[in-house]
Amino acid sequence: MKKILILARMTFREALRRRIVLTGLLLGLCFLVLFSLGFHYIIDQVGAAASPEVDPAGKAMSRIADIEGQNALMLAGLYAVTFLSVAMAALLGADTLAGEIGSGTIQTIVTKPIRRSDVVLGKWLGFAVLLALYFGLMAGGVVASVWLQTGYAAHNLPLGLALIYLESLLIMSISLAGSSAFSALATGGLVFGLYGLAFIGGWIEQIGAILQNATAVKVGIIASLIIPSETLWRRAAFEMQTPMAGVLGGMSPFGATSVPSPLMIAYAGLYLLVTLALAVNTFSKRDL
Amino acid sequence: MTGSPAIETHDLRKVFGEKTAVNGLTLRVERGEVFGFLGPNGAEKTTSIKMLLGLTAPTSGNAFLLGEPLGVRSALVRVGFLPEHFRFQEWLTAAEFLELHGQLYGMGGPDLKSRIGGLLERVGLAGFRNAQLHTFSKGMLQRIGLAQALLNRPLLVCLDEPTSGLDPVGRRLVRDIIHELRRDGTSVFLNSHLLSEIEVTCDRVAFLRHGEVVRLLELSEMTAGQTSVTIRARGFSAAVLVELGQWSSQPLVEGETITLGRVSEAALPEITRCLVAHGVDVYSITPKHVSLEEIFVETVGQDGGL
Repeated sequence: MKKILILARMTFREALRRRIVLTGLLLGLCFLVLFSLGFHYIIDQVGAAASPEVDPAGKAMSRIADIEGQNALMLAGLYAVTFLSVAMAALLGADTLAGEIGSGTIQTIVTKPIRRSDVVLGKWLGFAVLLALYFGLMAGGVVASVWLQTGYAAHNLPLGLALIYLESLLIMSISLAGSSAFSALATGGLVFGLYGLAFIGGWIEQIGAILQNATAVKVGIIASLIIPSETLWRRAAFEMQTPMAGVLGGMSPFGATSVPSPLMIAYAGLYLLVTLALAVNTFSKRDL
Repeated sequence: MTGSPAIETHDLRKVFGEKTAVNGLTLRVERGEVFGFLGPNGAEKTTSIKMLLGLTAPTSGNAFLLGEPLGVRSALVRVGFLPEHFRFQEWLTAAEFLELHGQLYGMGGPDLKSRIGGLLERVGLAGFRNAQLHTFSKGMLQRIGLAQALLNRPLLVCLDEPTSGLDPVGRRLVRDIIHELRRDGTSVFLNSHLLSEIEVTCDRVAFLRHGEVVRLLELSEMTAGQTSVTIRARGFSAAVLVELGQWSSQPLVEGETITLGRVSEAALPEITRCLVAHGVDVYSITPKHVSLEEIFVETVGQDGGL
């Protein structure tokens, strides 16, 4: 365990020193500024357009419309954060083993009295902490921006955010497994290809659910079984969206109509563990 | 297991697809011995070292490192390794790099700290303790890599081309460090193309060709008065040449010149007497030290085993 922690710290320090995190954070900050400004102007516009209601029923309706709008915008912001975190996860994982095998830096590491699995698990842990910080700051920024400007906070936020974090861990694990066998470029292609598959699968499932087309929903579920990343986002969106959005907001990637079951979430967790085991196994057996 | 050899391999083989890279490597390196591992390019020296250190799995055969079978991690606690392509975590400073590798050996605390200071001093990098490795030259990287291989006070050090990036001063440093290691009873397994280095540092050498040991040589034997002799003479008969055969298996005759391959220096007066006794007119007898390079070419062939 001690060796895993040493390697996790090394991985974390590498990401800091090589300015991977700094670049990510600077771009993330730009994103947060843009989101906050956009959110501010949209809310402002909506507020000005609404005619002052005098009767209580009209006031209540106006309040509901406000909340729906704020929730939808917050989810759109979180969707963008999810994409950025997934991209970060894919890039961190893709180069790490492949790059070190290619350059040969791995040779002085694995010839120490450690297990090969320590290397993979150490890197995984280092990246997991890094992603937690990155995602925490970005998602926290979106949530805080909405709350500071309107006082609105979505329900089930911790659960929703945890599911999105799990998605980034899943992508990072797949990337690490790819990196244990293929080059960084091939791994990047593989991970983004799979992510794209999950994205399209998710859409097909959503639209299928609206049109009540069982075949389309099945296609989406099969895509989710191949790679359950989008599934985690949709469950997270379901947890955080307003009840009404669930009914109305099907035609948006930022909401969920066909809601993934808890079983599917458990499947995603299992998928992550199996992928990590695969990464350990491949790396342990390969000639370096 | 202090009585066990530092390295022992039996019929170690590595096959990549159709190609047999290492074909039955059988070796024994004793404790405290400096052992040279020689061979032309493509002789699979690096593959052999990689198998010993667990980087590459052998296809068949077995091997022991400090008495432990390959793959047993505890043996690696007392093994140091400098790889051929010394590429390290370049975003670390010299001291951080050694600290990381020391920790991976299970070291820590004041012992590791003082060891790092001592080694940086020893490899001439004390002034670069806080410089990041990406600012280092090739030679400096090789020096820090060497320090890394010595952190754990190893019982066995495997050095794969340790002087390839070094200038003459750096090479002398490596040579001195190898001598120190030998003095302290550490075994050194040295793979190098620089035969002159091998000649002055190693106790024994193995010649590798196509992943097979084709010859083992005690260097003390080689340097103990072995010479080649060039004789310029007139009037020698075939009978004389046959008689010279007792000192050297293949006397080579070119006009007035007879070249005797490796003969003992002690035999020179006898050879002279023999020639004079047969009435040969001797103009000169020139002994020449046999270099490891000559033996290398003789062993692996002019084509270098390609």
